[in-house]
Amino acid sequence: MSQAGMTAGGHAGLMERPMFSVPAKKMAMWLFIIADTTTFAACLVAYGFIRNANPNWPRPFHSITNLALMTFILLTSSLTMLMGVRAAKAGDKSGALRWTLATAALGIMFALLHLREWMTLIHEGMRLFKNPWGTGQFGAAFYSITGLHLTHVTGGVIALVAVGLRYKAGRYNADDLEILGLYWHFVDLVWMFVVPLVYLLNLAH
Amino acid sequence: MTTETQKSGGMKKDLVVYLCLLALAAIQFVIAYQSIDASQMLVRMLIVAIVEAALALLFFMHLAENRGLLWFVVVFTVSVLLTMQYGWTDAFRLSAGAPWAK
Repeated sequence: MSQAGMTAGGHAGLMERPMFSVPAKKMAMWLFIIADTTTFAACLVAYGFIRNANPNWPRPFHSITNLALMTFILLTSSLTMLMGVRAAKAGDKSGALRWTLATAALGIMFALLHLREWMTLIHEGMRLFKNPWGTGQFGAAFYSITGLHLTHVTGGVIALVAVGLRYKAGRYNADDLEILGLYWHFVDLVWMFVVPLVYLLNLAH
Repeated sequence: MTTETQKSGGMKKDLVVYLCLLALAAIQFVIAYQSIDASQMLVRMLIVAIVEAALALLFFMHLAENRGLLWFVVVFTVSVLLTMQYGWTDAFRLSAGAPWAK
């Protein structure tokens, strides 16, 4: 039997079916998502404890316009990601790249709005360990959680552009785009918890 | 069913889920302006966030199509989060200064 024959046929009986009929790369992404969920959960619960322990917790947010716009953009980017994956599954390479780049553009818009909000808060005197409104821990908690999320968005945007272009060039396939889509939806999912806990509960009434 | 019909049906479902997510996000913003206790507000917002997350997991991340993976992800994640409770409750003891600090 040839080497190729041994590899293809001789060992085929020894190979197990993939877990839950999910390809290994997709399973790896799910395991990463579970691990990242615990990271964000730990950050948000620690934030909850700090907030609960400090009676003079600041409520510096006066307007929800920027936050609502950021939420709308991130949710819309999940939809464009879905469109991109659907186009890729249908074999429409140009359409898939177009939707993937649209998702990346929305990600960039989200990141810019986020940075604008950070700059406003920094301008108002909010630093990592001090601010003019109350306990200094607020800055550390706020910048850590939103910064971690922003890092995920930035990494996602870079990955979207890289994978999208490589998919168009034929180096990646529709499954790779779908796996990246899982990551992008996860980033969106985390934002659904960051908005109420970090922003809406700290609105100035 | 043709592939084209399946594609348009799938896109329609995605759009409906997207609109539901927008509506739920809007509900969170409305809750933020209600004159209620902070703990009640937190509970209401978290319930809405969990519904949003479930919709995203089931339909955007396609877990609804793979029940085995759905159970694996949910049970594994919840188990890890519950295990972390051990550390969180200890943190609560430290922040409350009990029982040894008093």
